[in-house]
Amino acid sequence: MSDTDPRTDLPEGARPKEQLKTDPTKPAQRMGAGTMTITLLPWIIASIAMMVLPMIFTNNSALTIMNQMSITIIFALAYNMLLGQGGMLSFGHAVYAGVGGFFCMHLMNMSDFFAMLPLPVLPLFGGLFGMGLALIVGAFSTRSAGTVFAMISLGVGELIAASSVIVVAFFGGEEGISGDRTYAQPFFGVEFLQQQEVYYLTAAWVIISAALMYAWSRTPVGRMANAVRDNPERAEFLGYSARWVRYYSFVASGFFAGVSGGLFAINYEILTEENLNAASSGIILLVTFLGGVGFFFGPIIGAVVFTLVQTVLSLETELWAFYAGSLFVATVMFFPGGLAGLIMMHVPAFKLGKAKLLVMPYLKTLLPAALGILGLCALVEMTFHYRHGATGDNEMTLFWTTFDSHTLLPWIIAGAVALIGIAIARKTAPDLKDAWNEANTAGGGS
Amino acid sequence: MDLILVNLIDGLVTGLLLFMLSAGLTLIFSMMGVLNFAHASFYMLGAYFGYQISIALGFWMGLLVAPLIVGVMGAAVERYGLRRVHQYGHVPELIFTFGLALLIEELVQFIWGKNQMPYDVPDILNFTAFAISGNSIPAYKIFMIFISVGIFIGLLYILTKTRVGMIIQAALSYPRTVEALGHNVPLIFMGVFGVGTALAGVAGVIAGPVLGTFPGMAFVLGSIVFVTIVIGGLGSLWGALVASLLIGWITTFAKSYNIEMENILNAIGIATPENMDENLFRDFWSLTSPQIADILPYILMVLILIFRPAGLFGKRTQ
Repeated sequence: MSDTDPRTDLPEGARPKEQLKTDPTKPAQRMGAGTMTITLLPWIIASIAMMVLPMIFTNNSALTIMNQMSITIIFALAYNMLLGQGGMLSFGHAVYAGVGGFFCMHLMNMSDFFAMLPLPVLPLFGGLFGMGLALIVGAFSTRSAGTVFAMISLGVGELIAASSVIVVAFFGGEEGISGDRTYAQPFFGVEFLQQQEVYYLTAAWVIISAALMYAWSRTPVGRMANAVRDNPERAEFLGYSARWVRYYSFVASGFFAGVSGGLFAINYEILTEENLNAASSGIILLVTFLGGVGFFFGPIIGAVVFTLVQTVLSLETELWAFYAGSLFVATVMFFPGGLAGLIMMHVPAFKLGKAKLLVMPYLKTLLPAALGILGLCALVEMTFHYRHGATGDNEMTLFWTTFDSHTLLPWIIAGAVALIGIAIARKTAPDLKDAWNEANTAGGGS
Repeated sequence: MDLILVNLIDGLVTGLLLFMLSAGLTLIFSMMGVLNFAHASFYMLGAYFGYQISIALGFWMGLLVAPLIVGVMGAAVERYGLRRVHQYGHVPELIFTFGLALLIEELVQFIWGKNQMPYDVPDILNFTAFAISGNSIPAYKIFMIFISVGIFIGLLYILTKTRVGMIIQAALSYPRTVEALGHNVPLIFMGVFGVGTALAGVAGVIAGPVLGTFPGMAFVLGSIVFVTIVIGGLGSLWGALVASLLIGWITTFAKSYNIEMENILNAIGIATPENMDENLFRDFWSLTSPQIADILPYILMVLILIFRPAGLFGKRTQ
């Protein structure tokens, strides 16, 4: 299934098609994604969608989820500048977002200065401080990629997270520091009292940062980061210093991480040790990898999906972290391209106009598989309730049905659904594979 | 003087415990070139299995059986997980072990809940071995020291003196050649992974009663173990031993002697600022060594990575 190479920007199947379109007389066009309108189209759609969304979901909790999503999107994109584009695995990236956020919080509390500062500018300061920290740390951590970089990032991350409890003057100790965004200078009369106003501020920053990060990935520095990721030795032979290329990516990534930290400060008005610690760094790795590191839009999908899973699923079940962890491990094992990789796998089939061949086999395989997985989840939930439920509390509600988890019948039903679903999926899987091969073969066929 | 002796023993216990984890980890690293983030999770599994078995069959059976189960699980992870991810490269491998660590923690919470387990020192070892000027040393600590030293000597003997050890060492450095000589290298890798995780399991079984058996125990020790093998030099068994003891003693001594930053700064000739409340560095001035004991290993690691990236005993030069 996984015929995408995580190291290239395109699935393998897309290559020949892409090259057919290239005009051999203009080699420079090979990288181009088409004309200006095509490159701009996703951005325009995204901007309109972000403007319209709060009109559809008007309640505050939805706005909060969307704000959280936006902050995670910026952070995940910044993280992917390292992981996906630069090939540097960081286990302490939350530190740059956190420190940027803490600085923004201190700026908020400097009432004289803050009263002259329009709130929308604040994340810029967060970014600058995140960048400042990255300038210092990057000076010694980007000397090599791979394990050494990962270990230094872990060490520095732990160091700063641990000092957050010790250096109370700056990090506020255990309870963190809080501020009030409304003391800022009104921005064209907007004082950011309403959640919706904050949403638009965040949304604007998401579009700007994402556009800037995309532009960065198209600059020579960004392209060189890819080259250094894939083959540092060869990049050195071409006359580029692998270390400096990594350093530039690292610093830029620190900047955008700081921006996300500043937005966090504006949105929640409180920062604690939690924003810096290893768990946050781990989550952003999870988000980015789930979305797919091989494509620019991968982390965006990851951030949206993960935030939804986190907020919606955690309302439904205590075990959401368990499911998220399983999903993560399954992604690493079977789809190293992430969700974005999965989506992009289908591009060749669409280009060949054979995507409709896939619809029925997909339904035949994925629907039973989904049912089977839900059955497994039900078993897991029932086991959890059976073991950890309060004594005497045998009632549990699952999939809108309430039943007694200590009787045999629900177990039989859930087990049967799981077994049958997965059995059907296994049986139809070969058909899906045939259909997949057929859909990805040019010409011939029906 | 007496206090120094007590601290030396305490530090030795911590250091040897760290060593049992880092020995397996460093072997696995030299084999696959990948840091196993889930290593401390196997240590946690060891503690939980040890507890569960000790309820039914007693502590000693737990010490015997739990590491075996953990080792088999580790081997299975290598065979069905890591080997599959290996084709994608090193970074996905590292991420896979990271995800596995998350998953194991969730799994442990799922099965045993979030509370600490009542896993206690067995009665037969629950007495004071000897006392040093009023500071009693429990027999269990002596037992821990003996177990870890025994394991170290056993490991060293197997690796350097037996035929199996020779083949393993050869497979670590020249897997292709060893394979060409007719040895089943993937099986050797699986075995080393299994033994490494089993060692972590032993550490879990004997550390569970003293350090507490709770879902966060992997996280507490996990990153320190990486720090240890990075300081010691990735892939070096002796380095792992030296670094473990170093970290054990540094943290123990920093915790038991209250050295204040103010005194140090005064001693090197920097006067204490008069108005402390206004000073930006007031937290820096009031630092004490017990406060920073837990982050000292990280400081040490960052310094080592900057000035000697190969670690104390590392051979690989980057």
